[in-house]
Amino acid sequence: MQGIKEKLGFHATALSLRSRRNEILASNIANAATPNFKARDLDFDTELKKANNIGFISTSNEKHLSNVQRRIGKDTLYRDPLNPSLDGNTVELAVEQMEFSENVMRYQTTLSFLTSKIKGIRSAIKGESS
Amino acid sequence: MNDVKTIFDISGRAMAAQLTRLNTVASNLANANNVSGSMESAYRAIKPVFATKFADNLQQSGIATVDAVQIQEVNRIPEKVYMPEHPQADGEGFIYNAAVNVEEEMVEMLEASRQYQNNIEVVSTLRSLMMRTINMGK
Repeated sequence: MQGIKEKLGFHATALSLRSRRNEILASNIANAATPNFKARDLDFDTELKKANNIGFISTSNEKHLSNVQRRIGKDTLYRDPLNPSLDGNTVELAVEQMEFSENVMRYQTTLSFLTSKIKGIRSAIKGESS
Repeated sequence: MNDVKTIFDISGRAMAAQLTRLNTVASNLANANNVSGSMESAYRAIKPVFATKFADNLQQSGIATVDAVQIQEVNRIPEKVYMPEHPQADGEGFIYNAAVNVEEEMVEMLEASRQYQNNIEVVSTLRSLMMRTINMGK
Protein backbone atom coordinates (compact mmCIF):
# COMPACT_ATOMS: atom_id res chain seq x y z
CA MET A 1 0.00 0.00 0.00
CA GLN A 2 2.81 2.37 0.83
CA GLY A 3 3.96 2.12 -2.77
CA ILE A 4 0.63 3.20 -4.22
CA LYS A 5 0.33 6.00 -1.70
CA GLU A 6 3.77 7.30 -2.62
CA LYS A 7 2.99 7.10 -6.29
CA LEU A 8 -0.13 9.21 -5.90
CA GLY A 9 1.26 11.37 -3.11
CA PHE A 10 2.28 14.50 -4.99
CA HIS A 11 -0.95 14.85 -6.95
CA ALA A 12 -3.05 13.97 -3.92
CA THR A 13 -1.47 16.81 -1.93
CA ALA A 14 -1.87 19.18 -4.86
CA LEU A 15 -5.54 18.21 -5.18
CA SER A 16 -6.32 18.90 -1.54
CA LEU A 17 -4.48 22.21 -1.68
CA ARG A 18 -6.41 23.20 -4.81
CA SER A 19 -9.65 22.28 -3.12
CA ARG A 20 -8.74 24.36 -0.06
CA ARG A 21 -7.87 27.29 -2.28
CA ASN A 22 -11.23 26.94 -4.05
CA GLU A 23 -13.01 27.33 -0.72
CA ILE A 24 -10.98 30.41 0.18
CA LEU A 25 -11.69 32.02 -3.20
CA ALA A 26 -15.38 31.15 -2.80
CA SER A 27 -15.31 32.95 0.56
CA ASN A 28 -13.90 36.01 -1.16
CA ILE A 29 -16.61 35.95 -3.82
CA ALA A 30 -19.27 35.47 -1.14
CA ASN A 31 -17.98 38.55 0.69
CA ALA A 32 -17.76 40.78 -2.36
CA ALA A 33 -20.23 43.26 -0.82
CA THR A 34 -19.22 43.13 2.85
CA PRO A 35 -17.66 46.33 4.19
CA ASN A 36 -14.15 45.93 5.63
CA PHE A 37 -13.71 42.36 4.41
CA LYS A 38 -10.13 41.63 3.38
CA ALA A 39 -9.69 39.13 0.56
CA ARG A 40 -7.49 36.15 1.38
CA ASP A 41 -5.61 33.67 -0.72
CA LEU A 42 -3.18 30.77 -0.48
CA ASP A 43 0.26 30.91 -2.04
CA PHE A 44 0.01 27.60 -3.82
CA ASP A 45 3.74 27.30 -4.66
CA THR A 46 4.83 27.82 -1.07
CA GLU A 47 2.21 25.44 0.29
CA LEU A 48 3.16 22.71 -2.15
CA LYS A 49 6.82 23.11 -1.31
CA LYS A 50 5.96 22.89 2.37
CA ALA A 51 4.00 19.73 1.73
CA ASN A 52 6.93 18.20 -0.11
CA ASN A 53 9.57 19.39 2.36
CA ILE A 54 11.35 21.52 -0.21
CA GLY A 55 13.28 24.60 0.88
CA PHE A 56 13.69 23.64 4.50
CA ILE A 57 16.81 23.08 6.53
CA SER A 58 17.15 19.38 7.18
CA THR A 59 17.65 18.33 10.77
CA SER A 60 19.25 15.19 12.10
CA ASN A 61 18.56 15.72 15.77
CA GLU A 62 15.35 16.73 17.43
CA LYS A 63 17.11 19.60 19.20
CA HIS A 64 18.19 21.17 15.91
CA LEU A 65 16.38 24.33 14.97
CA SER A 66 14.22 23.81 11.96
CA ASN A 67 12.33 26.21 9.79
CA VAL A 68 9.77 23.60 8.87
CA GLN A 69 6.29 24.85 9.47
CA ARG A 70 3.98 21.91 9.34
CA ARG A 71 1.01 24.04 8.57
CA ILE A 72 0.28 22.93 5.06
CA GLY A 73 -2.52 24.87 3.39
CA LYS A 74 -3.22 26.87 6.51
CA ASP A 75 -1.24 30.06 6.00
CA THR A 76 -3.63 32.34 4.20
CA LEU A 77 -2.30 35.68 3.07
CA TYR A 78 -4.15 38.91 2.37
CA ARG A 79 -4.52 40.04 -1.19
CA ASP A 80 -3.02 43.37 -2.23
CA PRO A 81 -5.88 45.16 -4.01
CA LEU A 82 -5.42 46.95 -7.32
CA ASN A 83 -8.21 49.44 -6.61
CA PRO A 84 -9.08 49.53 -2.93
CA SER A 85 -12.67 50.60 -2.38
CA LEU A 86 -13.85 53.20 0.12
CA ASP A 87 -15.73 50.74 2.32
CA GLY A 88 -12.51 48.88 3.18
CA ASN A 89 -13.39 45.82 1.13
CA THR A 90 -10.46 44.44 -0.87
CA VAL A 91 -12.39 41.89 -2.96
CA GLU A 92 -12.11 42.62 -6.66
CA LEU A 93 -14.59 40.42 -8.44
CA ALA A 94 -12.68 40.30 -11.72
CA VAL A 95 -9.51 39.17 -9.96
CA GLU A 96 -11.27 36.62 -7.78
CA GLN A 97 -13.22 35.13 -10.65
CA MET A 98 -10.09 34.78 -12.74
CA GLU A 99 -8.20 33.14 -9.90
CA PHE A 100 -11.17 30.89 -9.26
CA SER A 101 -11.53 29.73 -12.85
CA GLU A 102 -7.78 29.14 -13.11
CA ASN A 103 -7.82 27.17 -9.90
CA VAL A 104 -10.76 25.06 -11.07
CA MET A 105 -8.94 24.29 -14.30
CA ARG A 106 -5.80 23.27 -12.43
CA TYR A 107 -7.87 21.15 -10.07
CA GLN A 108 -9.28 19.30 -13.08
CA THR A 109 -5.79 18.87 -14.51
CA THR A 110 -4.55 17.35 -11.26
CA LEU A 111 -7.64 15.17 -11.16
CA SER A 112 -6.97 13.79 -14.63
CA PHE A 113 -3.32 13.13 -13.71
CA LEU A 114 -4.56 11.15 -10.73
CA THR A 115 -7.08 9.28 -12.84
CA SER A 116 -4.47 8.25 -15.38
CA LYS A 117 -2.11 7.14 -12.61
CA ILE A 118 -4.83 5.04 -11.04
CA LYS A 119 -5.62 3.55 -14.43
CA GLY A 120 -1.95 2.74 -14.88
CA ILE A 121 -1.72 1.02 -11.51
CA ARG A 122 -4.91 -0.89 -12.19
CA SER A 123 -3.76 -2.20 -15.53
CA ALA A 124 -0.44 -3.19 -13.91
CA ILE A 125 -2.37 -5.16 -11.27
CA LYS A 126 -4.55 -6.88 -13.85
CA GLY A 127 -1.60 -7.60 -16.05
CA GLU A 128 -3.51 -6.82 -19.20
CA SER A 129 -1.99 -5.14 -22.16
CA SER A 130 -4.17 -2.15 -22.87
CA MET B 1 -25.33 31.14 14.21
CA ASN B 2 -24.11 27.87 12.85
CA ASP B 3 -20.55 27.21 11.82
CA VAL B 4 -19.31 27.56 8.28
CA LYS B 5 -17.87 24.28 7.02
CA THR B 6 -18.37 23.59 3.35
CA ILE B 7 -18.69 25.43 0.09
CA PHE B 8 -22.47 25.02 0.39
CA ASP B 9 -22.43 26.97 3.65
CA ILE B 10 -20.25 29.68 2.15
CA SER B 11 -22.19 30.32 -1.04
CA GLY B 12 -25.61 29.37 0.30
CA ARG B 13 -25.50 31.88 3.10
CA ALA B 14 -24.03 34.53 0.83
CA MET B 15 -26.93 33.93 -1.55
CA ALA B 16 -29.41 34.26 1.33
CA ALA B 17 -27.79 37.57 2.27
CA GLN B 18 -27.99 38.83 -1.31
CA LEU B 19 -31.62 37.73 -1.44
CA THR B 20 -32.35 39.78 1.67
CA ARG B 21 -30.75 42.70 -0.11
CA LEU B 22 -32.95 42.12 -3.17
CA ASN B 23 -36.00 41.97 -0.90
CA THR B 24 -35.18 45.33 0.63
CA VAL B 25 -34.69 46.79 -2.85
CA ALA B 26 -38.09 45.44 -3.88
CA SER B 27 -39.72 46.93 -0.76
CA ASN B 28 -38.07 50.27 -1.38
CA LEU B 29 -39.08 50.39 -5.04
CA ALA B 30 -42.64 49.35 -4.20
CA ASN B 31 -42.87 52.21 -1.73
CA ALA B 32 -41.00 54.75 -3.85
CA ASN B 33 -44.12 56.72 -4.74
CA ASN B 34 -45.78 56.59 -1.35
CA VAL B 35 -46.85 59.86 0.16
CA SER B 36 -47.61 60.46 3.76
CA GLY B 37 -49.31 63.09 5.88
CA SER B 38 -46.48 63.51 8.39
CA MET B 39 -42.69 63.50 8.51
CA GLU B 40 -42.63 60.58 10.97
CA SER B 41 -44.89 58.22 9.07
CA ALA B 42 -43.22 58.82 5.66
CA TYR B 43 -41.51 55.74 4.24
CA ARG B 44 -37.72 55.66 4.50
CA ALA B 45 -35.58 53.31 2.42
CA ILE B 46 -34.37 50.19 4.26
CA LYS B 47 -30.92 48.66 3.77
CA PRO B 48 -29.44 45.39 5.01
CA VAL B 49 -26.19 45.47 6.99
CA PHE B 50 -23.73 42.81 5.87
CA ALA B 51 -21.18 41.30 8.22
CA THR B 52 -18.58 38.62 7.53
CA LYS B 53 -19.16 35.34 9.32
CA PHE B 54 -15.83 33.58 9.79
CA ALA B 55 -15.54 29.85 10.27
CA ASP B 56 -14.86 28.72 13.84
CA ASN B 57 -11.59 27.16 12.69
CA LEU B 58 -10.58 30.19 10.63
CA GLN B 59 -6.89 29.67 11.35
CA GLN B 60 -7.01 26.25 9.72
CA SER B 61 -9.45 26.74 6.90
CA GLY B 62 -9.40 30.47 6.13
CA ILE B 63 -13.02 30.36 4.97
CA ALA B 64 -15.77 32.86 5.65
CA THR B 65 -19.27 33.67 4.52
CA VAL B 66 -21.57 36.64 4.88
CA ASP B 67 -24.79 37.25 6.82
CA ALA B 68 -27.27 40.10 6.64
CA VAL B 69 -27.14 40.81 10.38
CA GLN B 70 -29.75 43.55 10.53
CA ILE B 71 -31.92 45.81 8.41
CA GLN B 72 -31.77 49.52 8.99
CA GLU B 73 -33.75 52.51 7.81
CA VAL B 74 -31.55 55.07 6.13
CA ASN B 75 -31.42 58.40 7.90
CA ARG B 76 -32.76 60.58 5.12
CA ILE B 77 -35.30 63.37 5.37
CA PRO B 78 -38.45 62.79 3.29
CA GLU B 79 -39.16 65.46 0.73
CA LYS B 80 -41.78 67.97 1.88
CA VAL B 81 -44.08 69.13 -0.90
CA TYR B 82 -46.80 71.78 -0.73
CA MET B 83 -49.93 70.20 -2.15
CA PRO B 84 -53.02 71.40 -0.23
CA GLU B 85 -55.49 69.63 -2.54
CA HIS B 86 -53.98 66.22 -1.74
CA PRO B 87 -56.29 64.10 0.48
CA GLN B 88 -53.39 63.20 2.78
CA ALA B 89 -52.04 66.72 3.19
CA ASP B 90 -51.43 67.87 6.75
CA GLY B 91 -52.95 70.97 8.37
CA GLU B 92 -50.55 73.31 6.57
CA GLY B 93 -51.09 71.64 3.21
CA PHE B 94 -47.89 69.63 2.98
CA ILE B 95 -47.36 66.01 1.99
CA TYR B 96 -44.19 63.98 2.49
CA ASN B 97 -42.72 61.83 -0.26
CA ALA B 98 -41.02 58.52 0.56
CA ALA B 99 -37.27 58.90 1.11
CA VAL B 100 -36.30 56.47 -1.64
CA ASN B 101 -33.82 57.16 -4.40
CA VAL B 102 -35.01 55.04 -7.32
CA GLU B 103 -31.74 55.19 -9.29
CA GLU B 104 -29.78 54.12 -6.26
CA GLU B 105 -32.14 51.19 -5.74
CA MET B 106 -31.78 50.09 -9.37
CA VAL B 107 -27.99 50.05 -9.04
CA GLU B 108 -28.34 48.12 -5.79
CA MET B 109 -30.62 45.61 -7.51
CA LEU B 110 -28.19 45.04 -10.38
CA GLU B 111 -25.27 44.56 -8.02
CA ALA B 112 -27.17 42.19 -5.76
CA SER B 113 -28.40 40.04 -8.63
CA ARG B 114 -24.93 39.94 -10.18
CA GLN B 115 -23.41 38.77 -6.92
CA TYR B 116 -26.17 36.23 -6.45
CA GLN B 117 -25.30 34.81 -9.87
CA ASN B 118 -21.60 34.74 -8.98
CA ASN B 119 -22.35 32.61 -5.95
CA ILE B 120 -24.54 30.24 -7.95
CA GLU B 121 -21.73 29.91 -10.48
CA VAL B 122 -19.22 29.05 -7.73
CA VAL B 123 -21.50 26.40 -6.24
CA SER B 124 -22.31 24.74 -9.55
CA THR B 125 -18.65 24.71 -10.60
CA LEU B 126 -17.46 23.20 -7.34
CA ARG B 127 -20.34 20.74 -7.28
CA SER B 128 -19.37 19.38 -10.67
CA LEU B 129 -15.74 19.20 -9.49
CA MET B 130 -16.91 17.16 -6.49
CA MET B 131 -18.83 14.78 -8.73
CA ARG B 132 -15.74 14.29 -10.88
CA THR B 133 -13.64 13.70 -7.82
CA ILE B 134 -16.03 10.97 -6.70
CA ASN B 135 -15.51 9.27 -10.04
CA MET B 136 -11.74 9.56 -9.80
CA GLY B 137 -9.91 6.63 -11.37
CA LYS B 138 -12.77 5.46 -13.56
